[in-house]
Amino acid sequence: MSSSPSLNTWSDALSGFSIGWFPLGLVIVAVIPLVFIALYALTYGVYGERKISAFMQDRLGPMEVGFWGILQTLADILKLLQKEDIVPTAADKFLFVIGPGILFVGSFLAFAVLPFGPAFIGADLNVGLFYAVGIVAIEVVGILAAGWGSNNKWALYGAVRSVAQIVSYEIPASIALLCAAMMAGTLSMQQITVMQAGPNGFMHWFLFNNPIAWLPFLIYFISSLAETNRAPFDIPEAESELVAGYFTEYSGMKFAVIFLAEYGSMFMVSAIISIAFLGGWTSPLPNIGGLELNTMTSGPAWGAFWIIMKGFFFIFVQMWLRWTLPRLRVDQLMYLCWKVLTPFALISFVLTAVWEIYR
Amino acid sequence: MSEYFSNIKTGATTIATGMAITLKHFFNAVKRKGDAGIDDADYFRQVDGLCTLQYPKEVIPTPPHGRYRLYVNIDDCIGCRQCERACPVECIAIETIKTTNDDLAVCGKTSGGQQKRMWVPLFDIDTAKCMTCGICQSVCPTDCLYHTAVADFSEFDVRNMMYHFGNLSKIEAEAKRKKLAEQQAQAAKEKAATGAPAAKPAPKAAPQQKPGGAE
Repeated sequence: MSSSPSLNTWSDALSGFSIGWFPLGLVIVAVIPLVFIALYALTYGVYGERKISAFMQDRLGPMEVGFWGILQTLADILKLLQKEDIVPTAADKFLFVIGPGILFVGSFLAFAVLPFGPAFIGADLNVGLFYAVGIVAIEVVGILAAGWGSNNKWALYGAVRSVAQIVSYEIPASIALLCAAMMAGTLSMQQITVMQAGPNGFMHWFLFNNPIAWLPFLIYFISSLAETNRAPFDIPEAESELVAGYFTEYSGMKFAVIFLAEYGSMFMVSAIISIAFLGGWTSPLPNIGGLELNTMTSGPAWGAFWIIMKGFFFIFVQMWLRWTLPRLRVDQLMYLCWKVLTPFALISFVLTAVWEIYR
Repeated sequence: MSEYFSNIKTGATTIATGMAITLKHFFNAVKRKGDAGIDDADYFRQVDGLCTLQYPKEVIPTPPHGRYRLYVNIDDCIGCRQCERACPVECIAIETIKTTNDDLAVCGKTSGGQQKRMWVPLFDIDTAKCMTCGICQSVCPTDCLYHTAVADFSEFDVRNMMYHFGNLSKIEAEAKRKKLAEQQAQAAKEKAATGAPAAKPAPKAAPQQKPGGAE
């Protein structure tokens, strides 16, 4: 399963650990990404986004709760916990209740194949990348359940738009990821990362290994924005048109779960793009002569640091784009997907194949 | 086809331009924009940066000629009630008591040297109603009613927006009212006693007699 002896040591040891019949280790393996999502959404996701958006607009952002408003998110969570959990009378109660759950599970399931460093991965599937692309499609079901179950025209419009958008953009996204899979020759997330490890740091990354790789990288990044409903592709939750889109009717903790799912999928696509093109948990620093920076900054803990930092960098770019670009129209969205991204993804696919054969 | 590629090119360049602008603002967030007003010469030469004002902690001073909260310098008020009549929203309520002659010295003079002839036990301004039009200020003969530069005077209870400027307490006002009524009754009695023959000297004599008679 692993070429290098140290690969997956932590998660393998954890999964073998159990108390009696109860596989406690497996539970811990699942809990670690969950706690990570919660912590990151609380700090970087909400507080960070509010601060970054504020600074980009020459504002200060939250300032009152704690030093520089650092406890603002905790106060918001406390408020959300106290809120009444409203289910509209006319809603389809079953769909309304399970919608946020499916949404969150959909984005969380992909974390199973994200390697948090060389020593930790939930499940090192040999079809990891394929699984990640496929399992995210469950989110569509959650969005449609939430939008339809709300029995609200805004929610339904948001859900319909969202489904059309996510299903369309999965095509260029998958083709772009296929380019990375072709370069690696494997679909296992750990193996793709190992292929990009080496003493020269970032020089081994697929993005810099192939003269055409920037094209699938860019295409996947744009498509991932659409798949996570981030601006400029946030037409499913367009505030000025649809109130809040498919979660218009949600309040309290259900609303918080939807937000957690959004931040979960934001990190998920950022981690996938880092793994596919930017070397996942490998260190970007090269060994320069006797100064072995790469060797010094590699290892299980450093790996976790690098993958999280790379993910956070792309989340920053997502926020940066969100506060720069206006929202696309529905027809522009479909134009971009079918007439620009898909043809270019196919071109880059062919060029990558040619490069891989003849290099 | 060329339009297709030029569209893509325009899209890429405009996105890059926009992102450069937002990133510039993001890095400028370590600086604060100066607080030069629009009438300052270097208004447009201020550094780019955060321009949020943390209001209760940081305040741009209101101009000294600002026209915000209404204030009465009650020591200068002669109780003419012109402001009350002029107010278009009827936010001023005044009650006056005529000063008895022996109290004229106590009642005092305005800062302009004019003798005050009225006690003003009630001078209420409902600042919640006041629309800061300034008409009352323009009609005031002693310039004792004016808008100040105090702009932040919000209250949690709307009743606290009623400002009381009267210069007599309730008990004092009651006493003055009683005194005036007694004196008027006395004057009426004397007028009745002296009768028609002394009609002419009476107005002159009466005021001189009254102080002694009353006290």
